[in-house]
Amino acid sequence: MNALARLSSTLRPTRRQTIIGATLSGGALLVGACSRSDILGLGAPKIDFGAFGPFLKITADNVVTVINKHQEMGQGNHAGLAAMISEELDADWSKVKIEAAAADAKVYANTLMGVQGTGGSTAIANSWDQYRKAGATARAMFVQAAADTWKVPAGEVTIKDGVATHASGKSATLGELLPAAGKVTAPASVTLKPATAYTLIGTDRVKRKDSLAKSTGTQRYTQDVHLPNMLTAMVAHSPRFGGVVKSFDASKAKAVKGVVDVVQIPSGVAVIAENTWAAKQGREALVVTWDDSKAEMRSSDKILAEYKAAVTAPGTAWEPFEGRGVTDDKPAGIENAQAGPDAKTPHPAEPIKAPVQAFETTYDFPYLAHATMEPMNCVAQVNGLKAKLTFASQIQTLDQLNTAMAVKTLPGSVEIETLSAGGSFGRRGNPTSDYVAECVNIAKHVGHDRPVKLVWTREDDMTGGRYRPMVHHAVHVELDKDGYPSLWKHRIVTQSFMKGTPFMQGKIDDTQVEGVKGSPYLKATPLVDAAVFTPTSPVTTLWWRSVGATHSALAMEHTIDQLALRAGVDPLEYRRRLLTKAQATRHLAVLDLAAKTAGWDQPMQAGWARGIAVHESFGSVAANVAEVTLKDGQPHVGRVIVAIDCGQVVAPDQVRAQMEGGVCYGLSSALYGAVTLKDGLVEQTNFDTYRVLRMDEAPLVETVFVASNAKPTGAGEPGTPVIIPAVANALLKLTGKPTTSLPFVKA
Amino acid sequence: MAIDLNVNGRRYSVEASPETPLLWVLRDELKLTGTKFGCGIAQCGACTVHSDGAAIRSCVTPVSSVGTAQITTIEGLGGTHPVQASWVKLDVPQCGYCQSGQIMSATALLKTTPKPDDAAISDAMKGNLCRCGAYQRIRAAIHDAAGAAAPVPTSAA
Repeated sequence: MNALARLSSTLRPTRRQTIIGATLSGGALLVGACSRSDILGLGAPKIDFGAFGPFLKITADNVVTVINKHQEMGQGNHAGLAAMISEELDADWSKVKIEAAAADAKVYANTLMGVQGTGGSTAIANSWDQYRKAGATARAMFVQAAADTWKVPAGEVTIKDGVATHASGKSATLGELLPAAGKVTAPASVTLKPATAYTLIGTDRVKRKDSLAKSTGTQRYTQDVHLPNMLTAMVAHSPRFGGVVKSFDASKAKAVKGVVDVVQIPSGVAVIAENTWAAKQGREALVVTWDDSKAEMRSSDKILAEYKAAVTAPGTAWEPFEGRGVTDDKPAGIENAQAGPDAKTPHPAEPIKAPVQAFETTYDFPYLAHATMEPMNCVAQVNGLKAKLTFASQIQTLDQLNTAMAVKTLPGSVEIETLSAGGSFGRRGNPTSDYVAECVNIAKHVGHDRPVKLVWTREDDMTGGRYRPMVHHAVHVELDKDGYPSLWKHRIVTQSFMKGTPFMQGKIDDTQVEGVKGSPYLKATPLVDAAVFTPTSPVTTLWWRSVGATHSALAMEHTIDQLALRAGVDPLEYRRRLLTKAQATRHLAVLDLAAKTAGWDQPMQAGWARGIAVHESFGSVAANVAEVTLKDGQPHVGRVIVAIDCGQVVAPDQVRAQMEGGVCYGLSSALYGAVTLKDGLVEQTNFDTYRVLRMDEAPLVETVFVASNAKPTGAGEPGTPVIIPAVANALLKLTGKPTTSLPFVKA
Repeated sequence: MAIDLNVNGRRYSVEASPETPLLWVLRDELKLTGTKFGCGIAQCGACTVHSDGAAIRSCVTPVSSVGTAQITTIEGLGGTHPVQASWVKLDVPQCGYCQSGQIMSATALLKTTPKPDDAAISDAMKGNLCRCGAYQRIRAAIHDAAGAAAPVPTSAA
């Protein structure tokens, strides 16, 4: 399970038919006793989707337009979704086009979420049955139309590449059959193709449909929206998280040519101008005094020190999330954190046979910015009780709800034209729709006759929060006579971006602990005691590509390599023994495939070392072998082998692209990524201080698939986390030094 | 003040304050939105255009400094440039936001170095960030456009 799927499970109608309701006066999200369709449908226009339903349109020119209910932010989901429909319809793939769906959760909900939204690597997984059925249903209607027209049995009509034929020699394109097919009653059920019959799914014919637009500058992003009479706004935000406006002087800002208005909104002070440059100049001239009485004033070093202290402090409010054979139901911190091999056992159910060998380590992870290439932005127009948003919405239903609350209208009265995003990695979708609500509040002030484009500069984006939380892991492992874990005690300290929102379900926020929770290594360990503590801070945090796995993969996989080193066992063999015990067959398969492809048993050139790691996230299991050396004292990764089991691969080249990109995204964070605070002020403001991976540092990634016809699972995120321990494990071999904090390269 | 510009072979006269970055004149005034805003301080390369054939960062180029230079943006490449064809062939873009800048840097490189090796590509392209991490395909597409075979992943050893 993943963050978005989990958060939205609250919204699923199966759960007491309740749904997030928007109060029209309170301005707060409340869980109300209204049905989903009641709330989300209120005020929504009735859409006629045509004969073939909401997922595809066909025109007389034989063009099939697939409606993408998901956000295309680079992950290539549009190609996979279109391929599913094209495959079952037997359309001419070269004539398949893509269009973004309207915001309408009644028809376009993510089937794993219950709301319209993209995330948790679910786009292909949740649409797998839905999109194939849509294609197969349309196909059945065309077959029937041809049979009726030609007076032949339907069973004798075949369709290939968008052309229906009959043995008698009759043939017609889908476009030619369109008038007749549109009148056929859609069948109640259809038979989907077996995987053996696929001619498109799983082949390299499934190419992106947007590469030309994105290679010619014609792809339309939010930043590119120019509407008649449109104004551009920038907002002065509190430099500290939790700070609010005390007072402001707009006189100099208003004197800047092109500045139209300056207005206070809930998130700061907005400068509204005729164009981007005027808005920027105006904001620079604006003088704001901030009230920091409720702001985060600590430095990140101080916050981390408090996280570490919490591990051994008495009275820390731990929440156990995994346990076996440990009687202490109120686990204290890890005892004798620095005590080494003689550490006491933490109240196991059975005494552990002496002599106990123990291993302890800790890991520190900094805040991380998503740092999408396109900084956050939005275009909104508010006309009375109606609002129109034109931007790269990632969770349309939440953006509708949050806009409705700002405008005091009904969610269905919020129209969204979804554009492609210049990256997201999780940033564009969040529970409060932060930058969206900001834009809507400005547009509400401006009024109906002028749309407003909100532009965040890189500095706004970098210092604007919604970071991957800072995390501290403390691990205490006791070992049996062969050097394998007999007890695994694990403590995690990190903020939660789920708790306190209506999306929290149950007691444990899985996004804090996933990857430790559910780990096959814990399954293979007789005694387990794992717990999490959730400190709070005004610093805002959010899911960040691969979410909990961004830290749990290193905590588990680097610990395993250190245990293997102690035991004198090859890291691959050490893993194989534990994974076999845990019956983690998918883990074993990707691990073996990666090792074999990389030539794990072959020696490397002097100065190089291979590191191996495996981790499950978003229903997929990925293994990496990274080939690493030191260049000017810093880690340099040459080649990376990625083996992945993501079920049936729909668009192999897009999954490869996600592995290539995922490795770079994870490696970038591991090498350089860190957002730090000095007295509450973010120290990184742009790419000069927030270093990210560049061309000359990017490894060559080779992706191999475990053959599978199981339902597709995630591909957008599982490629990100595994590279981090793979590199750390290679560095352990190269230098003998374990990694205990990220990034590898300190600023 | 009125400023004359030569962009993609066309002459424009725009009204802008002299310090306005060329980027915002291209995007907001000329509506040539293929050139992207990424960082504003010449750190990411998303705003790369050609000035008399050389790659420059338009986000830090005051419009008043352009003078009579011939500016070429992604729109000026025509859409069928060999580099663009290679980009499409290899499905280089993911989110695509950085790709205009990548392509402008790549085309400038190939003008001076028709058959660049990996080191020359790294050198010319390391100023262009891609957060999706499409670097491997960008490199392969430059080789492809140069008429060379894309490098096959090999052991770092």
